[in-house]
Amino acid sequence: MPEPAHLTREDVAHVAALARLHLTEEELDLFTGQLAQVLDHAADVASLDLAGVVPTAHAMAVTNVLRPDEPIVCLDRDEVLAQAPSVEDHRFRVPRILGEAP
Amino acid sequence: MTAPRPALETAAMVRAGELSAVDVLEHHLAVIEAGEEAVHAFNLVTADQARAQARAVDATVAAGGDPGPLAGVPVALKDNLCTRGIPTTCSSRILEGWEPPYDATVVTRLAAAGAVAIGKTNMDEFAMGSSTETSAFGTTRNPHDTDRVPGGSSGGSAAAVAAGFAPLALGSDTGGSIRQPAALCGVVGMKPTYGTVSRYGLVAFASSLDQIGPFAGSVADAALLFDAIGGHDPLDSTSLNRPTPRVLTVLDDGVDGMTVGILTELLDGAAPDVAARVHQAAEALAAAGARVEEVSVPEVTLGLSAYYLIAPGEASSNLARYDGVRYGLRVDAEDTVAMNTATRSQGFGAEVKRRIMLGTYVLSAGYMDAYYNQALRVRTRIIEGFDTAYSRCDVLLGPTTPTTAFAIGAKVDDPLTMYLSDVCTIPSNLAGHPAISVPYGPGEDGLPVGVQLLGPALSEGTLFQVAAVVEGAAPPLAAPRVTTGGPA
Repeated sequence: MPEPAHLTREDVAHVAALARLHLTEEELDLFTGQLAQVLDHAADVASLDLAGVVPTAHAMAVTNVLRPDEPIVCLDRDEVLAQAPSVEDHRFRVPRILGEAP
Repeated sequence: MTAPRPALETAAMVRAGELSAVDVLEHHLAVIEAGEEAVHAFNLVTADQARAQARAVDATVAAGGDPGPLAGVPVALKDNLCTRGIPTTCSSRILEGWEPPYDATVVTRLAAAGAVAIGKTNMDEFAMGSSTETSAFGTTRNPHDTDRVPGGSSGGSAAAVAAGFAPLALGSDTGGSIRQPAALCGVVGMKPTYGTVSRYGLVAFASSLDQIGPFAGSVADAALLFDAIGGHDPLDSTSLNRPTPRVLTVLDDGVDGMTVGILTELLDGAAPDVAARVHQAAEALAAAGARVEEVSVPEVTLGLSAYYLIAPGEASSNLARYDGVRYGLRVDAEDTVAMNTATRSQGFGAEVKRRIMLGTYVLSAGYMDAYYNQALRVRTRIIEGFDTAYSRCDVLLGPTTPTTAFAIGAKVDDPLTMYLSDVCTIPSNLAGHPAISVPYGPGEDGLPVGVQLLGPALSEGTLFQVAAVVEGAAPPLAAPRVTTGGPA
């Protein structure tokens, strides 16, 4: 079982990169301490023996929610695109992806 | 000062043609004008749209029609409820200026019931917080003491009702975000059973915990609003397709023969003045004919830890959508990943970043079973613990919050201490159960105390029935200092 108190600055930097967040040096220091504190508090949960207990993802289980396969009115394309930061030919425009030529 | 007119009375008078919806609205806009600078309950007051809605209500009445059960009643909307063509920010820079292309189902239902949407209320950013201090647009202040927080995350909605800006408001409750601010502001706040109110158009924080619910100045007004917004919605796949309890009709049914359990774990961390109010409420219920006993559900003490693993986990996934591509803020950069990163780093505040990182960590390879899945197993245990209690008790009673409203700035730099504000409200979210906070007099500092009633899934009728008795026995609370509200 991982040891919560051992959360390092490098762990936090790695997690920030996964979450697409850039942190300043000051934020890295602050968040490392604060996240370790919360994970320490969660040690009471992490250390319980709950083998065999079924996890609950949703308290009120609802399964196989389907509707008849009939067309319904959906959002207006132009109204949706009007909220986008950048649009080209009725599509969302983004900067280059990976190493493609611009 | 006269007390604000109850929503039930306003709606009845508007439907009967005795009161104009436009006059009701203009009265509330004037109250907002006088008090909003001191309170900052709103991100946006939608006066023009509200006037159009109010005129339409009056026109319906003039033409002999019935605008509906909320005819002409102003309702404030938490700013995480989508309103078509009206900015919806979640109090975040990343959504500043965004105008949703659709209405939340609750917004549609309010309009169909004749209500008048008066504005969008301030909140903790993306509902992450317990004080409204994490809002990117400034802190809301408690109308009872403007140096204190109103609670959160739905602090703007609670303050709006307390200050008389609107008789009714909607909030969302993921870990206590309706009940906690309701308690701190001295109003009624209720979290329904998960799935009874559609989440369509509620900007997602933690999807398995989020529920929309009512704020009101009284139990009866909260019942009126709950009855108007509940019910199955095909646009929300987690919406329960079964009859929603109707609550307005059961308010006078009393508690004779019921068993009320005082939930001892919730009292353990409560301040003495708050605990004393809970015991007084229990005595009042006993005097009204209920059997009152102490009940222990030891599993609820694990709720806070489990919640701060589950909710950030779900949030880190839900907030991945804010990537600068389809809506909201974009900070330009040389490639898409750099653009995503720059947008999110600039657009999110510190608390949102903290929770996204906590959630990303507990869902990451190597840690998911120790933290996230373990928290889901604790959730099962909490539900089993409640089930045992509800085999003996109709409802459980405890404090809504451990203390009365704390000072602005007191906890904002210490996340774990802030998280502890939610310790009494979180268990109901994890279990998917309904719970309601009812004001029960002042604490030692003169500020409002809320007592909380908890019930099993779909027990809203029983909860409102008991809440009405608690309300009837509650010691009086001084009117908020900033309020200028009275009948229109």
